[in-house]
Amino acid sequence: MSTYSVSDTTAAAAPRAALTFSHLSGSYGVGLAASLAWLAFGLSCLYWPDLGDWSRTGSLGIGAIVIAAFILFGTLSVDYLGSAGQALRKRAPWLLAFGAFVTLWEVATAKFAWLPLPFFPPPQSILEVYTDDLPKLLDSVFASIKLQLGGYIIGATVGFVTGVSIGWSQKIGYWVHPVLRFIGPLPATAWLPIAFFTFPSSWSASTFLIALATGFPVTVLTWSGVASVSSAYYDVARTLGAKPSFLVLKVAIPAALPHVFVGLFMGLGSSFAVLVVAEMIGVKAGLGWYLQWAQGWAAYANMYAALIVMSLLCSGAITLLFRTRDRLLVWQKGVVKW
Amino acid sequence: MVVQSTAEAITYPAVGAELDIEGVSHAFDIDGATLPVLDNVNLAIAPGEFVALLGPSGCGKSTLLRLVAGLEKPRSGSLREDEVRISGPHPSRVVVFQDPTLFPWRSVWDNVALGLEAQGILKTQRHRVDAVIELVGLSSFRNAYPHQLSGGMAQRVALARALVNDPKILVLDEPLGKLDSLTRIAMQAELVALWQRKGFTTLLVTHDVEEALVLANRVIVLSDRPARIKADIAIARPYPRHRGDPYLADLRKQILGLLGLEATW
Ligand SMILES: Nc1ncnc2c1ncn2[C@@H]1O[C@H](COP(=O)(O)OP(=O)(O)O)[C@@H](O)[C@H]1O
Ligand SMILES: [Mg+2]
Repeated sequence: MSTYSVSDTTAAAAPRAALTFSHLSGSYGVGLAASLAWLAFGLSCLYWPDLGDWSRTGSLGIGAIVIAAFILFGTLSVDYLGSAGQALRKRAPWLLAFGAFVTLWEVATAKFAWLPLPFFPPPQSILEVYTDDLPKLLDSVFASIKLQLGGYIIGATVGFVTGVSIGWSQKIGYWVHPVLRFIGPLPATAWLPIAFFTFPSSWSASTFLIALATGFPVTVLTWSGVASVSSAYYDVARTLGAKPSFLVLKVAIPAALPHVFVGLFMGLGSSFAVLVVAEMIGVKAGLGWYLQWAQGWAAYANMYAALIVMSLLCSGAITLLFRTRDRLLVWQKGVVKW
Repeated sequence: MVVQSTAEAITYPAVGAELDIEGVSHAFDIDGATLPVLDNVNLAIAPGEFVALLGPSGCGKSTLLRLVAGLEKPRSGSLREDEVRISGPHPSRVVVFQDPTLFPWRSVWDNVALGLEAQGILKTQRHRVDAVIELVGLSSFRNAYPHQLSGGMAQRVALARALVNDPKILVLDEPLGKLDSLTRIAMQAELVALWQRKGFTTLLVTHDVEEALVLANRVIVLSDRPARIKADIAIARPYPRHRGDPYLADLRKQILGLLGLEATW
């Protein structure tokens, strides 16, 4: 699980005191370059005057220089920082690339306007959103999380139970199968207009749609997981005295769990899409709504700010699901890493 | 636990059950055609006996074991354990299959505990799991997952998983078939020792004539499909047996002849 690269071993083997050329170009070089990139970002903020009226340019520049100082400090004392030092070293190339990118972005927007201005807001205007529009943004984040979590949990639970039932019982499968086939492939968003009419509130309608988008892949994959469990496992359990409930709970479900997680991942992806659309169209809260609202005011910086938050949330949710899976499925060899 | 002396293999402790197979015939339907697999098999096995089944591949040996285990019902005839008709699986008749079929999501300990857990008696009987893992020599692997085990270790876990239930009849379907010859010889010795110590009735399917002769005190030779009993040979030799024993070599020749393989001798 640990990444153990050639540069790590050479750095550990070399005497610490001597700062040789290979040190500079090897493990320290990238860190120093990353520090320089962030310094350049900070200076570019402070050196040239802004072409527009943004209030956070100064703080951003100073912040960038502080980051540069941290990277410099971390790089030079990497051997004494333990795992934090290792983490920094591992991410140094990314810090360099990102520092260079924001510098370029800063120069291309706020300073020389190489990119058309209202559509490409400079970093300081996005920072401004996070500082000045924080309450509204936070409200939106909480609204989105609440809606998504409720719908996802309902959908995943119903999908799981349905999948196990039809994988196990042919009688239930007989009835659920055609329904699943007919309704399942329909994109959940197609239900939007009807759902908003028929449900008592736009919130319940959206929860239903998110649950639907989650439930379909979870059902299908749980079902195929249960159906594909080798009969040899059942034979073994039955000769050892297992009753049907044991066969379901202790044989079928654990054996199907890897499939279930594939369904949960797919369901998460498609439910995000439904969440955003539902918020844009019906629910007057959440990040989707915030995006819509920002577009209405041509507040492009707000849109970028919301997009960044949204992607952090989505990737956080996926990471959480991966962690859960890795815990539950430790017995699997070589599970895919996120 | 009663430790038997080696010469004493003819009297059995009362643990093993009697197994009666009476006029059993079985068939499978494949694409509308009927494939007869067992043809009027009659076999009475005394408590504590170690019976080996030999027969050409595909003749119906595994099918017969599945009927004994109660995983399937015969088309005709009946099977009885201690005079009680076998109508379904029961932990007093445990099968060890050719593949260990360990549950990959369970550790060695949890795999062995499966039977007790399924019967709802694990809470009070945890020591039995520990003891049987010790018995097959896998104590240091109790927390390992199946994918971390070698083939021989996995098969030992499968054996432990069966033994923990204290079966009256142990049904073995080529359990050593896939092991390398060294591991196999070692496990054969372990099997005999276990059987002598515990006294369960053993029904072993094998394709290895020598294995049958070293382990069993009775060898049943089956015909081609549909399987009929071709020969029923008692092997009155004390344990531990030696592979070079001229008596066994003679029997081996005789059995290979029954299987139509004289030429290879
Ligand atoms: N569930 C089944 N359905 C159809 N045919 C089967 C089934 N199980 C076994 N057979 C057939 O029965 C015959 C005997 O199989 P088996 O008892 O496994 O033989 P073996 O003696 O090698 O253990 C084979 O021809 C096999 O194809
Ligand atoms: Mg077989």
